Amino acid sequence: MAGEIILKVRDIHKSYGSTEVLRGISFDVQKGETKVFIGSSGTGKSTLLRCINQLTVPDRGQVWLHGEEVTHSGKEINRLRQKIGMVFQNFNLFDHLTARKNVEVALIKVRKMNRKEAGDKAMEELVRVGLEDKADLYPAELSGGQAQRVSIARALAMDPDVMLFDEPTSALDPELTGEVLQVMKDLAQNGMTMLVVTHEMGFACSVANEIIFMEKGEILESGSPSELICNPRYDRTKQFLNKLGELYGDIGRQR
Amino acid sequence: MNDTITLIFKALPFILQGTFVTLKIVAGALLVGFICGLALAVGQVYGRPFLSGSVAFYVWFFRGLPNLVLLFLFYYGLFPLMGLDVSAFFIAVTALGLRSSAYQSQLFRGCIQSLGEGQMMAARSLGMTRPQAVWNIILPQALRISLPGWSNEYPILLTDSAVTYAIGVMEILTRGNLVVSRTYQPMPIYMTCALIFIIMNYGGMKMLHLLERRLQIPGFGRGEH
Amino acid sequence: MKDLLFIREVLIPPLLEGLAVTIKLIFFSIPFGLLAGMIIATGRVYGNRMISFLCRAYVIVFKGTPLLMLLFLIYFGLPSLGISFQPFTAAVIGFVICNGAYNSEYIRGALLSVRTGQLMAAEALGMTRGQAVINIILPQAMRRALPGISNEIIYLIKYSSLAYMLTCIELTGAGKIVASRYFKFTLVFLVVGVFYLCLVTIAGRILGFLEKKLQIPGLIK
Ligand SMILES: Nc1ncnc2c1ncn2[C@@H]1O[C@H](COP(=O)(O)OP(=O)(O)OP(=O)(O)O)[C@@H](O)[C@H]1O
Ligand SMILES: [Mg+2]
Repeated sequence: MAGEIILKVRDIHKSYGSTEVLRGISFDVQKGETKVFIGSSGTGKSTLLRCINQLTVPDRGQVWLHGEEVTHSGKEINRLRQKIGMVFQNFNLFDHLTARKNVEVALIKVRKMNRKEAGDKAMEELVRVGLEDKADLYPAELSGGQAQRVSIARALAMDPDVMLFDEPTSALDPELTGEVLQVMKDLAQNGMTMLVVTHEMGFACSVANEIIFMEKGEILESGSPSELICNPRYDRTKQFLNKLGELYGDIGRQR
Repeated sequence: MNDTITLIFKALPFILQGTFVTLKIVAGALLVGFICGLALAVGQVYGRPFLSGSVAFYVWFFRGLPNLVLLFLFYYGLFPLMGLDVSAFFIAVTALGLRSSAYQSQLFRGCIQSLGEGQMMAARSLGMTRPQAVWNIILPQALRISLPGWSNEYPILLTDSAVTYAIGVMEILTRGNLVVSRTYQPMPIYMTCALIFIIMNYGGMKMLHLLERRLQIPGFGRGEH
Repeated sequence: MKDLLFIREVLIPPLLEGLAVTIKLIFFSIPFGLLAGMIIATGRVYGNRMISFLCRAYVIVFKGTPLLMLLFLIYFGLPSLGISFQPFTAAVIGFVICNGAYNSEYIRGALLSVRTGQLMAAEALGMTRGQAVINIILPQAMRRALPGISNEIIYLIKYSSLAYMLTCIELTGAGKIVASRYFKFTLVFLVVGVFYLCLVTIAGRILGFLEKKLQIPGLIK
């Protein structure tokens, strides 16, 4: 797969106080590709995703989307962020708005669509995640899986070029994980470009083009699922995968 | 006994006119306190250190002063000093309003902070600017959560409004005192005034609770705040 | 410079005298206000229907009446029924009545939050209900109510200025007299304000310290 490169990440560094959380991360993302990030807790996976859309400003390094610099983009960042969808571990749905309004609000306020148009578009996205019948419920009335699907619809409504997923299923009960992963699989199959932090190795194996193993703020190794899982180069990677296996069942298990 | 009742009924229209003044003070101060309090809270949470520090000082100052001292300071001191010739009513609303803003700002601040960072991040990730996120996402939620606490401001301001007697605002207590000075019948008149306050207090609270229930969102802001 | 001299020579001495009165007002009011709060709260929670209703009515009436109104009623109203007080005494009575009403709300909430098992356990040991409430429930409840009560004490400090309206010359009154004589309102009331700010801040510190001291180890609210 040698498509067009739509996202370039170069040498991202980030420290909080004296702790270096990211120590020079670089990679390219091709159109339609899914990259999965794994690594133990505290290695900076969330920080990395947030650096990509500048919710966290990196100390050093650059991010380009379609050849346009995202870092140091000043006011332009608000336009660029629309092109970078983000899905959070704990959903972060707007609790005062119904599911449909959650999807609409940025269309109306940011894209300046009129209400009718925005409403239709929101409904379309809710259909895409299979929640058209929950449109008028408030977040507190949704199950975790449904809430996460709404938050995916909310990000999709902005027609993003890339989607960032930060452990989208780790706050969910096991039986709800499947429905969210299914939505993500469909997205990947329909050509969405995605960066996913997850420890669902079943998903990673069947969907990812590349798995990136992060350790202490660096990319230790990366490769296609079969390469990385069957032949990890480093002991550290092997250890981590074994631990995941213990925690989540056999690696490679399909959901 | 009959004399007393006649006296009360004769004085009542005059005193009742004071309820409008009292209500206007309360409403005005609530409004001033709401607008300034909201702005202060946003400044304290999202402002640069200098701004949040200034807000903290403002809050400390206005919460630490007695109403009476504040009223005297404004009425005899600051406003004449600035060459402003304004009515006692205006000063009452300003002083009580600013004081209320100090209290309200802390209520709003707590509610904004209780929302957590996630809401702001989600809004920004969709391309909203910071002011857009504050206006469309943070404030609507913070205001709903703050409603129960906010309705506490009403009885506080209502009872505090009586202090404006000290600068001669023609509210209930001032009018009551005028009647007393003419009739030398303090007990029945004061009791009547007190009763008016109690009814306004109790009735107002009942109405606010009703409003709270109407504005509730399913599953939102569960539990007491 | 002239202002500094004025503050030091003319203003501060009477303000200090006023401050002494303010502090006395507060110190007399706090314990009785606490006691009133405890009695009313206990009556509301554990009293029979009649007592409970009366206590509730007390709270509605005295939380609904402006404090200044209450002070006038006591100082200017009661003499017409043959009961008269010195300004200082009248002020303290008013503060206690009002403070008691507010305190009782916090104590009531705290009483209700003490687990029911506590009362049962005490009664199982042979205590009467009254003994159980006084020895077991109230000590726990008062600790929980302390943050609220602290708040009310801070309010009390500020509202003590209303005593001036009964011609009890405390801090605010002392300031008003100097200000009127020398026609320096802004300066005087700012200095008076600083006095109150100090009082309130110091009281806040002390009460915060007390709250920490009285915390029951391992018990999280
Ligand atoms: N705002 C912040 N202030 C200070 N330290 C932070 C902040 N955000 C993250 N950190 C620190 O940065 C490190 C990396 O955090 P990050 O959330 O990126 O890790 P992660 O790989 O996503 O971990 P997890 O798997 O637990 O989500 C952690 O040690 C964390 O304590
Ligand atoms: Mg994380």
